[in-house]
Amino acid sequence: MKSTRKSYGEFLVDMGTKNANIVVFDADLAKATCTVDFKNKFPDRHFDMGIAEQDMIGTACGMAISGKTVFTSSFAMFAAGRAYEQIRNTAAYSHVNINICATHTGLGVGEDGATHQCIEDIALMNVIPDMNVFSPSDDISTHKILMECLNLDMPKYIRLGRNELPSIYSLNDEFHLGGSHTFGNGIDGTIFATGSTVCTALEAKMLLKEKGYDVRVIDLYSIKPIDKATIIQCAKETNKLISIEDHSVIGGIGSIISSVLCEEFPKKLVKLGIQDKFGKSGKAEKLYELYNLTKEDVIEAFIMND
Amino acid sequence: MEGNTNSKYLENICKDVRKNIVKMIYHAKSGHPGGSLSCVEILVSLYKNIMNITLDESGKRVDKFVLSKGHASAAYYAILSECGFIPKEDLVTFRKYDSYLEGHPSNKIPGVDVSSGSLGQGLSVANGMALAKKLDHKEGYVYCLLGDGELEEGQIWEACMSANKYNLNNLIVFVDYNGLQIDGSIKDVKDVDNLNSKFESFGLNVQKINGNNIEEIIEAVKIAKEKLNDRPNVIVAKTIKGKGVSFMENKIEWHGKTLTKEELEIALNELN
Repeated sequence: MKSTRKSYGEFLVDMGTKNANIVVFDADLAKATCTVDFKNKFPDRHFDMGIAEQDMIGTACGMAISGKTVFTSSFAMFAAGRAYEQIRNTAAYSHVNINICATHTGLGVGEDGATHQCIEDIALMNVIPDMNVFSPSDDISTHKILMECLNLDMPKYIRLGRNELPSIYSLNDEFHLGGSHTFGNGIDGTIFATGSTVCTALEAKMLLKEKGYDVRVIDLYSIKPIDKATIIQCAKETNKLISIEDHSVIGGIGSIISSVLCEEFPKKLVKLGIQDKFGKSGKAEKLYELYNLTKEDVIEAFIMND
Repeated sequence: MEGNTNSKYLENICKDVRKNIVKMIYHAKSGHPGGSLSCVEILVSLYKNIMNITLDESGKRVDKFVLSKGHASAAYYAILSECGFIPKEDLVTFRKYDSYLEGHPSNKIPGVDVSSGSLGQGLSVANGMALAKKLDHKEGYVYCLLGDGELEEGQIWEACMSANKYNLNNLIVFVDYNGLQIDGSIKDVKDVDNLNSKFESFGLNVQKINGNNIEEIIEAVKIAKEKLNDRPNVIVAKTIKGKGVSFMENKIEWHGKTLTKEELEIALNELN
């Protein structure tokens, strides 16, 4: 079990050793975002901007324009939220090669509660022209997606999380901008998931199998650009469609999939996610129960929706 | 000092830049003449005398410039055109749908490193450029031009703290202190008074000059580089909004307004 923020921290140390051009920004959250190991190992290449995320994004853009390989770190609420307009106007509009790594996404934040649980960052980043959005779901996918980011000369937002997640992928799996990963080829249904909900979807898939339903799971690790072809293929080949995300259903993957379906192959989609509400304090697992984001909720949604 | 130090020569360029500003805004039927005309001497001094805009071995310009007050785009494009980045004949396409000369600067424009115009954001970017130079032990300075009204944005002060933290003595910031913003006089809207002590208390060296005087601008930069080079520098440049066109000078309504044909003719006559 490992959180994707932890994997991010390990990636930075690993690549920081190999690539002296990498610089890391943080905004007084180096322990929480897991950039602290990089900070200790490469103090000259770690910039703690204090509690000033807007300034952090701008400064990081200046560094990136000057040729540095830049990673910025903060909670999603303060990156996508507080610094939204800096990301839009300075980073994306100028097509800056910046890696905005946002930890603490969704209800997975847990006890800090609603003010710190960013349930709208996918929506905020997706709507910015030229922005690219990744959402890894385990240790290997985080490493591989961040490696892919090193080769992509464009603004990128990488959605990471606080909660510990099981290993899903093997080292042979590959991740590309605009790609997705398909688990299984069942035709009874498709469960679309991203980030921390991929493991929930896979657990639901196993339980549904016991009940006689063969479904497939799609990990939409690239949220923008989205893998339209796979979404349409699943809509054509499988019976029921469900999406699950630790994000608002407004503007999240459920909305994005709906939009693709609406234009290309209209079909009902049941959207599990946060239903236009704020989060609250509590352990992440309890919150997932309260907000209907458990494997049981997926199964119920599958069986109830005929 | 890289360029021509003859102030008569620089003053003539200022006249040409001002003529282009009013022409561009006339043809665009919109734009920001007041804040473009106020910073002409600063831009001309920087681009034609102070800055080294040649490329280093890594293909980056030795000195960099960020126009944080992006609504002065007409002045920016006019000086970029004087320096050969933008073809002169393109200037009249300013703000038009089939032109690359956006209302506010975009980095798709030759010579422009970063988009700007949403106020308060440029100083952070300039800091990042100055920090990168320090990290790579590169020579050169980063210049940033702020508006005075822009100082009402909180991010500017976040950036001042960063410039101080990283001791960016390769950063020279100008404030185009023309005293007016869209809703009125800065004093009435939200005063940025005691600017010297504000910047000083944030850890920056401050000089106060007449920002429409080329010799004072060049001298202030020299002092920043030679005598005040222990810390980042701010040059508070007192200017006249609408400078050079009598009916625009110190008039709030010329913040963002086009000229009639008659007004253009009067303006061009005055600038000759």
